[in-house]
Amino acid sequence: MDKITQFTSATTVLAIDDVDTDQIIPARFLTAITRSNMSNALFADWRFDAQGNEIADFPLNQEGAKDRKILVAGRNFGCGSSREHAPWALHDFGIRAVISSEIADIFSNNSLKNGLIPIIVDVATHKWLLDNPGAEITVDVEASEIRLPQDKDNKVKPVSFPIDAFARHCLLEGIDQTGYLMQQRDKIADFEANRSWQP
Amino acid sequence: MSGKTLFEKVWDDHVVVPETDDTPAVFYIDLHIMHEVTTPQAFNVLRDTGLQVHRPDLVLATMDHSTPTVPVPDLGAGLDAVSDPEPAEQIRQMVKNCEEFGIELHGFGDAHRGIVHVIGPEIGATQPGKTIVCGDSHSSTHGAFGAMGFGIGSTEVGHVLATQCLLQRKPKSMAVNITGKLQRGVSAKDIILALIGKIGVDGGTGHVIEYRGETIRGLNMEERMTICNMTIEAGARAGMIAPDATTIEFLKGREKVPQGSDWDAAIERWLSLASDPDAVFDKEVDLDVSNLEPQVTFGTNPGMVVPISKSIPNDAANATFIKAIDYMQVKADQPMLGTKVDIVFVGSCTNSRMTDLRQVANILDGKKVANSVRMLIVPGSQSIKNQAEEEGLDKIFVAAGAEWREAGCSMCLGMNSDKLGKGELCVSTSNRNFEGRQGPGGRTVLASPETAAASAIAGVIADPREVL
Repeated sequence: MDKITQFTSATTVLAIDDVDTDQIIPARFLTAITRSNMSNALFADWRFDAQGNEIADFPLNQEGAKDRKILVAGRNFGCGSSREHAPWALHDFGIRAVISSEIADIFSNNSLKNGLIPIIVDVATHKWLLDNPGAEITVDVEASEIRLPQDKDNKVKPVSFPIDAFARHCLLEGIDQTGYLMQQRDKIADFEANRSWQP
Repeated sequence: MSGKTLFEKVWDDHVVVPETDDTPAVFYIDLHIMHEVTTPQAFNVLRDTGLQVHRPDLVLATMDHSTPTVPVPDLGAGLDAVSDPEPAEQIRQMVKNCEEFGIELHGFGDAHRGIVHVIGPEIGATQPGKTIVCGDSHSSTHGAFGAMGFGIGSTEVGHVLATQCLLQRKPKSMAVNITGKLQRGVSAKDIILALIGKIGVDGGTGHVIEYRGETIRGLNMEERMTICNMTIEAGARAGMIAPDATTIEFLKGREKVPQGSDWDAAIERWLSLASDPDAVFDKEVDLDVSNLEPQVTFGTNPGMVVPISKSIPNDAANATFIKAIDYMQVKADQPMLGTKVDIVFVGSCTNSRMTDLRQVANILDGKKVANSVRMLIVPGSQSIKNQAEEEGLDKIFVAAGAEWREAGCSMCLGMNSDKLGKGELCVSTSNRNFEGRQGPGGRTVLASPETAAASAIAGVIADPREVL
């Protein structure tokens, strides 16, 4: 797994609340049997019309969007189905962080396993981000903060975000969680041998 | 020191290595149910890293999401004749993976092939006090038995295959206290739709919900499953109902339950799981269903719900609301009743069991589905299909002009040929009405089986209380 410590990017803003994982990747794209590139499936029904042409004013279709690593979304992003194909598609497109005031649980867990950082910020910061598409933001995993540009005197404004200590550690060190779990095998065997009932 | 909740008892019983500030708990999984869509990448990772499945005896597999709902005579040309090529490959890959890794697969021809969250309980693998996972968010269904069922992604599917464990942080707990007697024509589906409407699609985020109260005690297991199934639509991690005599009666005699003296020991253990009287929840919500009407969704998430006789609210200042009613081609301050219906779908892990099918048959008996409506009825498993046919329900369905299909997820998420055309409006007993969920441009109205049946006859959204 790649180590992720920090990165800076302009933002793409998708100012829609309750974006569910069926929008992020429609079910017809879930028939893949390998971890193939899913960037074309990302928001397929919002990015492309029935003839397959790009819908011009959709934020991810705009000039420069493919180079932007940070998506700012409305509240409750990633709700619905547990499909991990959702963070896969976002990551394949080039996105490395999603920022919102609320991000759904299962989507968050899946994202952290795929080098996509779910960043929850307070409502005021969220509003500023929604109102300022294209702002250059730094995501600092080590410091657990994002840094926003300021108008006056070129100072940056740091905003902390919550991140599970273990998930942060895995991102910084490039640790694969399967490996970590495999190291617990003795404890797992102990548990299996000594539990009070067997499933 | 207060007592423990049902959830805390189950949680504490499965901690292999306790949670610390720096590390999540190593958490044991008693039952892992798998299907063909969220597993191929997990098996590939196992293959690539040379790992085996740690406890194949605790894994059950089936095929449901992308399977056609017509008979599949064989996995070769027979499958190709009735399936798009990619889903067919995915199905074959599942068979290959299960064979290679020694996993019990309920495939075509097996009485227990069906929707993952239907077959677990059906064969008695779902039991009180168990932790149960699947690469599917409706794993919450199993909570109806007092198990902790929750959805995981494909990477975590790999974790469970390799170690039978997951890394988990303990969620908070929420009690939902449900009181009141359901009126005729109002069912479990209406209860959970009303609850999601009340607390919102993020109302349960970060919590495990326990459904409590006299109303819950009066429901049968299939009705309890309907409620727990849609817990995820409120954003919660899992939804649970304490086991009782109803639970034990349902499980008695099923294939995978403990046998002999183990059965008696299990009953004792199961009945001790109920929340202690002095247990404390992080949040509590009350819902009285005495005056509950049948519910229908009007928008594009399960929280956009309205009682069937009332009008769609007017939330003109809310951009999400405007976008939703535009997509659905409905109007604020207008009722959903009387809206023209193109398709009626009875099925999904929410409502495809015998209770649901009997309710639909009761309404369709001697009546006809409107000429303008296509109705699909999709049983949750092969054995449910068999049982329904034994009871003659299929004859009622077909005589009414509905299609009686093979088991599978079908039109809930349109992965094979059962899907909506652009603009078609479907009254559906499934669990998600997101934009395009059932087919690009398709419009979904979530409802109970009885509301679906009444609407199929009327050709428009109709109140089942008028026909009962």
